[in-house]
Amino acid sequence: MSHIAVHQNKAVDYKALSALCPFGAIVVDNGHIAVTSACRMCKLCIKNDTRGVFELVEDDVAGTDTSEWNGIAVFIEIYEMKIHPVSLEMIGKAQELAGKIGHSVYAAAAGEKIHTAHVEELLHYGVDELYLYEAPELKHFRIEPYTAVFEDFIVRRRPSVVLVGGTSIGRVLAPRTAARFRTGLTADCTILDIQENTDLDQIRPAFGGNIMAHIRTTKHRPQFATVRYKIFNMPERITNPTGTVIHCTLPPAKLNSTIEILKVHHKEKVKHLEEADVIVAAGRGIGSRENLKYIEYLAELLDGEVAGTRTLIEAGWIDPRRQIGLSGRTVRPRLIIACGISGSVQFTAGMNGSEKIIAVNIDPNAAIFSIAHIGIVGDVTKVIPELIENIKADAAADVKADAAAEGTAERSTS
Amino acid sequence: MNIIVLIKQVPLSSDIGMDEETGVILRESGNTKMNPYDLYALETALRIREKAGGKISVLTMGPPQAEQVVREAYMMGADYGYLLTDRAFAGSDVLATSYALSQALTHIGIGDLIICGKQTTDGDTAQVGVECSEFLGIPCITNVKRIIDIQPDAVTIESDMGMTIEHARITYPCLIAVDKDIYQPRLPSYRKKKATALLPVEKITLNQLKDQNTTRYGLTGSPTQVIKIFPPSRTSTHEIWEGEHLGRRLFALLRDGKHLQENV
Repeated sequence: MSHIAVHQNKAVDYKALSALCPFGAIVVDNGHIAVTSACRMCKLCIKNDTRGVFELVEDDVAGTDTSEWNGIAVFIEIYEMKIHPVSLEMIGKAQELAGKIGHSVYAAAAGEKIHTAHVEELLHYGVDELYLYEAPELKHFRIEPYTAVFEDFIVRRRPSVVLVGGTSIGRVLAPRTAARFRTGLTADCTILDIQENTDLDQIRPAFGGNIMAHIRTTKHRPQFATVRYKIFNMPERITNPTGTVIHCTLPPAKLNSTIEILKVHHKEKVKHLEEADVIVAAGRGIGSRENLKYIEYLAELLDGEVAGTRTLIEAGWIDPRRQIGLSGRTVRPRLIIACGISGSVQFTAGMNGSEKIIAVNIDPNAAIFSIAHIGIVGDVTKVIPELIENIKADAAADVKADAAAEGTAERSTS
Repeated sequence: MNIIVLIKQVPLSSDIGMDEETGVILRESGNTKMNPYDLYALETALRIREKAGGKISVLTMGPPQAEQVVREAYMMGADYGYLLTDRAFAGSDVLATSYALSQALTHIGIGDLIICGKQTTDGDTAQVGVECSEFLGIPCITNVKRIIDIQPDAVTIESDMGMTIEHARITYPCLIAVDKDIYQPRLPSYRKKKATALLPVEKITLNQLKDQNTTRYGLTGSPTQVIKIFPPSRTSTHEIWEGEHLGRRLFALLRDGKHLQENV
């Protein structure tokens, strides 16, 4: 096993050495420095100790022959009669990555029956080979048959990279399939790039979102990554697609499941936060539940949607579907007004792609100001009501002006 | 009915910063708690036991100190507790963690129903439960919002699939990941704390697992490698407004930015 070896003869200041480990895994045991099972192999001890007390001893494990795995694959999620937009965004990303290393873009889709229009649409977005799996057992998402399909596709095509949407389905299918291939999966990547040797650079927020981690899967293939909706851009539609469709079937035994779907009902149609052009978001700084009315009213005036931070969702003040952030939704509206939000990376990871970010916070040192285009240092319970008053006054003035203009017009014609 | 709940010890606060110059992770002085999402998993198990009877075991993987979360589970009502701990597991990513857990589950017996929380607050990946189910070769359902019915051979649940709500019947053995708020978790009880003070927490180490091939665990068994960690980027071009009439200035900005058209 890979482990951190301790060179006892170089160890002098035991206290300082223990302090090197943020996880308390370096301890003094029987007059020796020891590394306990609390070690996370972060290697900070090796990096920060100048005397060379610690050394990483690595096993040489034969990995996969990476040259046998080529191309960028996307799992397409088709819900009811619609392709989930995150699938198209990933095709865009796949094209970009494939272009850099001269590979192709593959896609796999499963369902009871896949609509011809969808097939054409996918090709128009730049898929080179589209693998279709159609069977009655695939009508609803169930883990065993869908994993079997995905496994079959991967074995046939041997892609180097597999991108899966960070949806309810993707977040089950990706880990299940990645485990089957005993390979790496990085969840919720916010940046993806590729090396010439086909190693995928995966960047995601870690440690509760206050740190970004750059992750690679160098010895195993395929390299799995999930990506949330609205992290990447929608690709351009191609006029003359050249991609081909490959119909695949699996023996019925592979499509068995011990899960029986008894009932499916649609959620009530609330406008999805991800689709909103304008979002007014509230955080702890709004002070009271009572003050939410300003946020709601402002959202109404701007024809936008109300959203909140994890704190407010957990307090039960705002519907969980309206949570922005790592554990909530990722949004990219034209305008977002963050009211009383301190701006933890947990939150900002879900909205920092927004076109215009306006933040109101009483604390001039709030982290949100470092990502805001306009940072307003002020009391949110004063600034927002004042804004609302101004909008209303302006609207009233417009109505008056219109009335006056109509009056003038009537007089001139009479 | 044998139920196993997977739990994890996490830092008390997710407010972990990083020293930008040295790259050192700054943590609060080692304060930890049970992953809050796991409380819902444990509560679900307790409710099922109330209805259908049986035993609840909790399993955690972590440093020796993680025994504390097993004790906490005892205080809520768990019957048996296991701590999977070994230096061989150091540096495990999702795959290596899931594999180690699945081996430990096989060691203690996978029971009828394995329940886990939605995700952890430190890793935030929501993948370990699902990968465990793959290694165990059992079906799984995530985003479980409600237990509709418990039968001798299966459980009927309601799950949130994003666009739809589904009711599904899943036969044992199986794994479910429950959402926050499925039930209100009970508080640890002082009476139970006293009653379980002498109840042991069984340690499981590598040499008790069926597969002792060390290349499948820890850093070596982890396909993903963290190349580096760095602070998140900040937008450099921005304006800061201070002083009076901020609401009016903001109004002017929105009006000029054409955000007020059509709506008023």
